[in-house]
This record gives sequence, structure tokens and C-alpha cells, in this order.
Amino acid sequence: MSKAFIAGTGMTAFGTHPRRSGRDMFAEAGLAALEDAGLESEEIDEVFYGNFIGTVSENQGHQGPLVAEAVGTTAPARRVESACASSGLAIRDAVRAVRSGEADVVVAGGMERMSNMGTAGATDGLARAADDLFEVQSGVTFPAAYALMARAYFDTFGGDREDLAHVAVKNHDHALVNDHAHLQEEIAVDDVLDAPEIATPLGLYDACPISDGAAAIVLLSPSYAAERGLDTGVAITGSGHGGDTMALQDRRSLAKTPATREAANEAYTDAGIDPTDIGLVEVHDCFTIAEVLALEGLGMYGYGEALGAARRGETRRGGELPVNLSGGLKAKGHPVGATGAAQIAAVQTLLNGTHPRSDAVDDDVTVGLAHNAGGTVASASVHVLEVMA
Amino acid sequence: MTDAREDGYDAFLDALEAGEGYYYECSSGHGTLPPRRACPHCGDRELATATLPSTGEIVTFTLVTVPTPQFKDEAPYITAIATFGPIRLTGIVRGIDRENVEIGREVTVVIERDETTDERTITFRP
Ligand SMILES: [Zn+2]
Repeated sequence: MSKAFIAGTGMTAFGTHPRRSGRDMFAEAGLAALEDAGLESEEIDEVFYGNFIGTVSENQGHQGPLVAEAVGTTAPARRVESACASSGLAIRDAVRAVRSGEADVVVAGGMERMSNMGTAGATDGLARAADDLFEVQSGVTFPAAYALMARAYFDTFGGDREDLAHVAVKNHDHALVNDHAHLQEEIAVDDVLDAPEIATPLGLYDACPISDGAAAIVLLSPSYAAERGLDTGVAITGSGHGGDTMALQDRRSLAKTPATREAANEAYTDAGIDPTDIGLVEVHDCFTIAEVLALEGLGMYGYGEALGAARRGETRRGGELPVNLSGGLKAKGHPVGATGAAQIAAVQTLLNGTHPRSDAVDDDVTVGLAHNAGGTVASASVHVLEVMA
Repeated sequence: MTDAREDGYDAFLDALEAGEGYYYECSSGHGTLPPRRACPHCGDRELATATLPSTGEIVTFTLVTVPTPQFKDEAPYITAIATFGPIRLTGIVRGIDRENVEIGREVTVVIERDETTDERTITFRP
């Protein structure tokens, strides 16, 4: 199969930046990625940009060309919207453009700005990732949707809030050295259990924060990399996309996420690997239960078996399979449209030794995975990244 | 939220309100709800109308403390997913003490108004 080389990555600090415009945040991330790659704006063939709610939050549609010019090009650009999976799928489109031979140099990434909407506005905005008729009009918020899945999970497989709390504690710990993270704050299991409830059985510390930020990567075709003699230590070697019904009520099981399974199987086949080859993963943990559902959907654990992984230490730094060494969405933050790109940037830098948590990655780890989910996993993207020998 | 009538959905609410709820059944036996022209599970376009059972069973629920604007005057409230024969509905739970809402609990489905915007919403009652 043909690879798409990751030549550079860039991101803003994730956090609360209500006064920073989206175009400026994406400019910072995109230009940093170009600088990391050692490339100029004039070399860009195409821009793929993930964003969920900018039409509302920034009163700005047609953001593709807007952010392209922000990184110094009028190359063709498009916005990809798929809720929280927007930039994972923007990168998938970019990978396909490079692999098909249609483009040699692409900038792919995403941005979200939500803190300027306030908590009520952002809650309302995020709810738009659920089915308006059959979920939002029945009182389903985004946390409520994951809470419905969490309770169904407990009912199907057992477990409780304390098991989930260990996921939050782990991801906060991982973020402590990541200066780009929204939350650099050590927490304990009791902090999670004592936090105010948002939607039972989920509380404030089971949820990721509302963040602003941008992330971008530069992808290169193998021929262009060779021609220019560019250093490309890590490549995307597998890409997958899975889908499901929008509303939870139409799913066969409320305790599984088959879109993740489909996306993973496609990506594994594409890369010619299986889950046991993977040494580190960044998964979509918008809520603690989401990390559990993701690890099972990816085939890293059997159904019902990932809930205790954080508690047992298996997914912590130093464990057998470190999960979300960046801090995950939970602590690194979740600027919706930037998340998928930030995950891929995290895996790339963890693999090439430039991430602040790279010391938690064993020397023999050469394959990593990024999993990005939209809505209650009506969309999922999975990418496999490998160190090129 | 909007004045526009949503094709099929408002008619579905009208029927539920009149106590004559229905669902669509495809040739393969999948249950689904309007508005739809095709079964989301198999693509079948032969959707027959079938009678919605009047009682259902809660399969999962949550007490929502941080509401959407449409429900801000009712928070905290309980939203649940309940099975009615071959289909599931999502609705607000009313008329049951909070501590008595549990998985497996039997409910009926009615249409009521939310307190904030006076929009019709699918509601579960004992
Ligand atoms: Zn069908």
C-alpha cells in the first residue's frame, strides 16, 4: 500500500481563548506544522480543514478558504464537518488525496472555538451532534447521550462510576507534563466521585472541558518526500472510517460502538497489522466511558473488559498499552474540530521522541493508533501511524 | 424550536398524542420511526405502518443536571430510552419518583409540552 508521510505537526495550546479568532488559531497551528516540515506555503496543493460549529460560534461559514489564506495559500480548501470527528475525517480525506497521486503536499487539521459561546451556548451547540428530532427534543444533551451509554454498559457488563474515575485520574496524570494541555491538574478518584453530577452516572470530572484550539499536520506523498530529500520518520499507513445511526435509540446495542470496530478493521487491513502490533493509542475520551467503549471497539480488549484497564494500570504510562499519553480529550482538552488532528500529532510526536511524554513509550514501539469519534460514535475514524525504518 | 412542520415527524407526534402511535416496519422486520423513506438498517423502501405498543420498558436513563435551553426550567430531569416492541423511543420521564426510575421499569408514552418553549416532547409516564 502507499503511505502518506507526516512531514510536520503543529498545534496551539488548548484552553480557553475566547478572544482569539479561529483563523488566527489555525494560522498558528498550520504555520508551525509547515515550519516543522521545512516547507513553504507555496508548496501546498490542498487544504483539508475540520470544524464543527464555526458557522454559529464565529458567524462564519466557508471557513476552508479562510484558513487556507491564513496559512499563506489560495490552494483549494474545504471544510469537513463530522461533529467531534471533523478533523480525523479531514485527515482521512487528505490521506486519500496524497495516496491517489492527486496531491503531493497537503495541510490537514482543524480548529474549534467554543468558550466564547458560554457554557449554556456550548452545551446547546454540542447537543447538535445528536439527532435533533429524536434526541435533542427529548432533553438529550451531549453528556446525557454518553450517560445513557454508560448506564447501559454497566447494566450489560457490570462496573460502576469508580471504575470510570480511574480513566479520568490517569488522563489527568498523563497531561501533567504537556504544556499544550487545557488541564494540568492532578486529581484523585475521590475528586471524580465527589464532583457535581452533569448527567448521572457521569459527573463534571468524567467530562472533557470546553476548549478552544487548533491542530494541523503536513502530509507528503512518498515521491515528493524522496524528490526533496525530506526527513519523514513517521507515516500514516492505515486509515478507516465507520458509520452508524445518528440516534442511540436505533442502535442494536447501547453498550458497543460498531462504527469504531468498522473503522479499526479497515485501518488494520489497510496497514497490514493487527491490534497486537500497536504499542500506544490516542482514543476519543470525550467522557470517561468513551475511552472504555473505544478500546473495546478497537479490539484492544474484549467487550466488557476495558472498564478495569485504567484501574489495573494497564493503560497508564508504564503499563502494557499506554492510552492517551497526551492527556486525552479529558485533560488535554477537546476543541471539537481540532481533536482528530491533535491526536495524530500526539501519536506522531510520541513515536518520534519529541512529545513530552515520549519517555513513557518503550523503545521497541513503532506502531501507534489514533481514534476519533463523532457524536455518540455515528462516525469514527481510525489511523495507524508507523515509524519508517 | 421551529415553526416549520417536519414531514412525517409532526404527524407521528399527532398520532402519539391521539393515542394512536405507530412505527414503520420494513420487509426484513426492522422497526423504525418517521420521517423515513428507507430502512436505515437494510435500505428497504417498503415501509409498512404498524401499531406502536402502548407500554414500553426503560433500557437506560440519565438524570440531566445541565440542560439544553429547551429544558432549562425543568432541570434536573430524567431522559430515558425505552423499548416499545421492536423499536425504541427517547423521552422525558415524568410522574415517577426519581429513585424509582430503573432499567426494566414499565412506562407508557404520551406527548406533553416542555415548560420552557412549550414544544411538544415525547414523554414517558407510569
Ligand atoms: Zn430493514
